[in-house]
Amino acid sequence: MKLKTLVAALSMTISPIAVQAQDITVTIENLTQGITFTPLLVAAHSESDHLFETGTAATAELQMMAEGGAIQGLVTAMNAVSATLIENPASGILMPSASTSASMDTGSNSYLSLVAMLLPTNDGFVGLDGWEIPSTAGTYTIMLNAYDAGTEANNEIINGGGDPGVLGIPVAPAGDGGTNATGVTSSESNTMVHIHRGNLGDDDLTAGISDLDNSVHRWLNPVAKLTVVVN
Amino acid sequence: MNMTKKQLLTGVSILSVVLLSACHHDDDEEEEPIITTVDYSFEVTVTNLTHSQPLSPITVVSHGEISLWQTGSSASAGVELLAESGDNSEILASSELISGSSGSGIILPGMSETLIFDTSSESVPYLSVATMLVNTNDAFTGMTTINISDLAIGDNITMLAVAYDAGTEGNSEVAETIPGPAGGGEGFNATRDDVNFVALHPGVVGMDDGLSTSALTAEHKFDNPVIKLSITRL
Repeated sequence: MKLKTLVAALSMTISPIAVQAQDITVTIENLTQGITFTPLLVAAHSESDHLFETGTAATAELQMMAEGGAIQGLVTAMNAVSATLIENPASGILMPSASTSASMDTGSNSYLSLVAMLLPTNDGFVGLDGWEIPSTAGTYTIMLNAYDAGTEANNEIINGGGDPGVLGIPVAPAGDGGTNATGVTSSESNTMVHIHRGNLGDDDLTAGISDLDNSVHRWLNPVAKLTVVVN
Repeated sequence: MNMTKKQLLTGVSILSVVLLSACHHDDDEEEEPIITTVDYSFEVTVTNLTHSQPLSPITVVSHGEISLWQTGSSASAGVELLAESGDNSEILASSELISGSSGSGIILPGMSETLIFDTSSESVPYLSVATMLVNTNDAFTGMTTINISDLAIGDNITMLAVAYDAGTEGNSEVAETIPGPAGGGEGFNATRDDVNFVALHPGVVGMDDGLSTSALTAEHKFDNPVIKLSITRL
């Protein structure tokens, strides 16, 4: 027997405690003053699956989401591992101060993850990686931080660039970005997923090094509050 | 025919139950409602974890299951006054409170203040604590709707709190709008010229970090958490 098959067979005989499907309701609140979330993806999956992991290079699917807000690649990847998903619960962007809720049956999946791109950033995203869903009914609160996918330089130039590998920020959704910035940086030295160092911005909306406004587009963690009701 | 009086007794940290009825032998005896009031006493300590943001005199209040503020919602007038000027008098005057106390003075960076907070109520109260970061436009910190119902005498809960932006004053950081020593400017302004919802504070920018008109410097920056809040039931 191949090793992989042997291990799999052994795992099945030494079965862990049976996982019960759980009915959960998740609420995501945007805690920031000036940062918008793109369409969210919430996934319940097994312990070994991830939407992202800090200290690990982003997958191509994560990059698509982090640079342009596109979740379809992650949806496909998660479906392939039998995750249960909530796609785009807010039917679009989640503005500062807004909340969105949705429910799902987790099936045999007992770990919860979540991502959405942060705008306006180059490749920043809000995330949760593998939170173990309690079996005890109740309400649980988790604070979420902002991550940098490590795939794009944080040049802070708004130019519509959202496709993977295209340098630039797609848009400032509230229309409060600037123009003609020369760029904060042209390289990304940390190619692993890491905690975002924050937007720099400047105070010049028609020039300067950044198209972001340092009085509007900054944040301190946490950027989101996730409430999970286990029914 | 029952002449009854209600008499309320309160004992320090002892549950008091008083039931009075004048005519024990009467068949139609009405039962008096049981009035129970519990006295609570807490030692509340706030530690200023920031580098250079003095805190306004702390506000400690008790109330029912209400919140003094909610992220995503507009700040009350009392919270606006506190966040912009450090003045907690309007919060303390609220009719929704059971009790309220103010700290004795400014808490300097790195320092702590401890106060004893006493409250009496029929149902288990919730607590809230709030204070302003004075070298800002409208940054405040604290915790609201603190559930102390599981605290036995001698028990402690310690929390780390983040900085909130009241959303009532734009973060221009110009001296005229900063009441703390860094600006020496005005505190409260009735005009709400910001997003008008409470959010997590985005942090001080400062003149050293690209806000050229700011009166604040790199010294005044902070990250979360900004205070440690310790509550011990006495």
